[in-house]
Amino acid sequence: MRFRGLSGAIMHRHSYLAPKTQRLASPDAALLHADAYAEPKTATIGGRPLNAIAEALLGALGLITAWDAKLVEIVALSLKVSLSAVLFATLLALPLGAAVAVARFPGRHALIVLLNALMGLPPVVVGLVVYLLLSRAGPLGEFGLLFTPPAMVIAQTLLILPIIAALTRQGVEDAWIEYQDQLRSLGVSGVPAALTLLWDIRYSLVTAVLAGLGRASAEVGAVMIVGGNIDGVTRVMTTTIALETSKGDLPLALSLGIVLILIVLLLNAAAFLVKEAAQRKYG
Amino acid sequence: MSALLPLRLSEVSFHAGGRTILDRVSAEIVAGPRTLILGANGAGKSVLMRICHGLLSPTAGRVQWSEAETPGKPRRQAMVFQRPVMLRRSALANVTYALKAAQVPRAARRTRALAALDHVGLASLAEHPARVLSGGEQQRLALARAWALRPEVLFLDEPTANLDPSATREVEAIIGAIHAAGAKIVMTTHNLGQARRLADEILFIHQGRLAERAPVEAFFKQPASAEAAAFIKGELPWT
Amino acid sequence: MDLRRILLVIALLVAAPAWAQKFITVASTTSTEQSGLFKHMLPIFEGKAGIQVRVVALGTGQALDMGKRGDADVVFVHAKALEEKFLAEGFGVRRFEVMYNDFVLVGPKSDPAKVGGTRDIVAALQKIKAASAPFASRGDKSGTHFAELQLWKAAGFDMEKDKGPWYRDTGSGMGPTLNTASGMNAYALTDRGTWLSFKNRGELVISVEGDARLFNQYGIMLVNPAKHPHVKQDLGQAFIDWVISADGQKAIADYKIGGEQLFFPNAKK
Repeated sequence: MRFRGLSGAIMHRHSYLAPKTQRLASPDAALLHADAYAEPKTATIGGRPLNAIAEALLGALGLITAWDAKLVEIVALSLKVSLSAVLFATLLALPLGAAVAVARFPGRHALIVLLNALMGLPPVVVGLVVYLLLSRAGPLGEFGLLFTPPAMVIAQTLLILPIIAALTRQGVEDAWIEYQDQLRSLGVSGVPAALTLLWDIRYSLVTAVLAGLGRASAEVGAVMIVGGNIDGVTRVMTTTIALETSKGDLPLALSLGIVLILIVLLLNAAAFLVKEAAQRKYG
Repeated sequence: MSALLPLRLSEVSFHAGGRTILDRVSAEIVAGPRTLILGANGAGKSVLMRICHGLLSPTAGRVQWSEAETPGKPRRQAMVFQRPVMLRRSALANVTYALKAAQVPRAARRTRALAALDHVGLASLAEHPARVLSGGEQQRLALARAWALRPEVLFLDEPTANLDPSATREVEAIIGAIHAAGAKIVMTTHNLGQARRLADEILFIHQGRLAERAPVEAFFKQPASAEAAAFIKGELPWT
Repeated sequence: MDLRRILLVIALLVAAPAWAQKFITVASTTSTEQSGLFKHMLPIFEGKAGIQVRVVALGTGQALDMGKRGDADVVFVHAKALEEKFLAEGFGVRRFEVMYNDFVLVGPKSDPAKVGGTRDIVAALQKIKAASAPFASRGDKSGTHFAELQLWKAAGFDMEKDKGPWYRDTGSGMGPTLNTASGMNAYALTDRGTWLSFKNRGELVISVEGDARLFNQYGIMLVNPAKHPHVKQDLGQAFIDWVISADGQKAIADYKIGGEQLFFPNAKK
């Protein structure tokens, strides 16, 4: 079998053909699959070209209504990873925050400052640290977790743990000041007191948890490094947006961004409604 | 019959922020009479109560109960504060919470709590969120919570200072009922009329010192100290 | 009770599907992935062998580093000198040539350095430097970056010393570098595959192509199990064997964008 030489190959004139037709529900959904596109198309309405934002909004609508299987897969993975991270981070952060709020020990103030500072952890730094830990060359390499969704969950959990813990600590400490005398009068202190306070400030804690969820679903640095953005395995909304941006497909990237924002908005709205209902019942 | 009392205070002092808030207070508080600690604002009444109840430690001196309370076992004294502190739960749940902390068996908690609410006239509000009740209702709830615990000693720190006259009357009636049920009442107030109505004996605190102690009648008819006399006449300046 | 139900739903979502399927991890380059080649050829292999191929796309340097650390089973990159160094240091088992494509120099339609239409890449680079025309470089240890530096060297320049403000080192992948070039109307060296599928061209067009020195060879290697015992030797070798087989080579040749073939298989028999 003979392969064409290089010069022979590029003797071909490059003709920029029209976009190939895709038999998919919406043209925007097709973009998630198409790798080739001769010229970026300019969306028009009534014959006049739209500006980038309007085009992206329309594109987002198209993506959602098309309910493309690939998009659903990416969205589902994003939710799985971020919600898992929120769950684990909350389970760890609530007791941590409450303990620091109620207990008195040397170095407590330094720990509070540290917790507050770690709220601003750069995601890419967390990603790097977790990568080095999970790499085969690293201490936890034997578990083969790198480039899997669990690795992404670990990274995001570490990222948002300080946020939830610091906000919990502040809320519990404020409540402790108010309740301390009465609780101690009843003989309640230490762990039972911390648990009582956590339950009592539950509505503020919902806000803290949502802050963590927001951070997790928005970040790209950590999941990109520890996940590897592998198609079909570790590709989530944010890394897909990054990929499409780097491929130059800015309208699609923006449309995906809008879909992501809408999902987070929905989650927040749901949390708000649950909170309102409970507040009406329990005061 | 209380085994905690008598409570002996020996030379109890409390210093904070460079100031002397209590100066060598010595007294023996026995079971039976309703003891009212009277004094102007800032005299040190609240601090004295908190020291007796164990919320504060004295800087000097000793607080000695006849029987020590065992840590980990239910408390045998209770306290009602000037501002009632309620958890974000129903009124009933606030009382059962206290009963749970007092290690009352689960089966008995609800019945006891409902009975206590009934005593203070809040039975119809049992399922209401406690924090939406009025000031007077919340204070009655605090008393119900304390009553349900059946303490040997009940401390009350200016419990009606924030209430209107009718709420004050209701609270005073409840205090009387708790006393009739067998609890020792130790209460602070700066209100002369209230002291006259509720007290059996008066401990008068002035600028951190125990200036006078007398049965209520004797105190108001013939105050032994100049400061007490001035206070009764309403002439004592802010401390 | 509401809370418990929510927690149950979350737990169910978290229960990831059992990763029972066989898979290998391949470290490759962003340009290869973004060209769309993997989306085309991997399903063919996965269908035949039942082995999932998970591609982590990085710059060539990073991909080789991944192989050195043992985080990949196979490396598939395009920088022969670096690959041979990788082999010599004992990190790979054997290098197989797979395919080649070419680089092109893209630049603004206005062509400030007047290099449009020529075939001589080295002369073009010299003209760009002489005109101090803006040039966007990847600067990220990638195969493309490596090739670019080699070309500058052939033109007589050491970019460490000879660069000026006209030379923009973006330190990023091919796409972002092209985005930058498009944004500031700069020249850039890119592989044809990325260029064909790049959608944000602005005023950029192909300025120089066809020089033999723009030839870009791809190689594939199994990460050495002697250094990293956990490497999936059999599965990885099965993939490599397929890629250089007639079947794999045909899959590569069949990949076209707009009727245009991107990669030319040249595995040795």
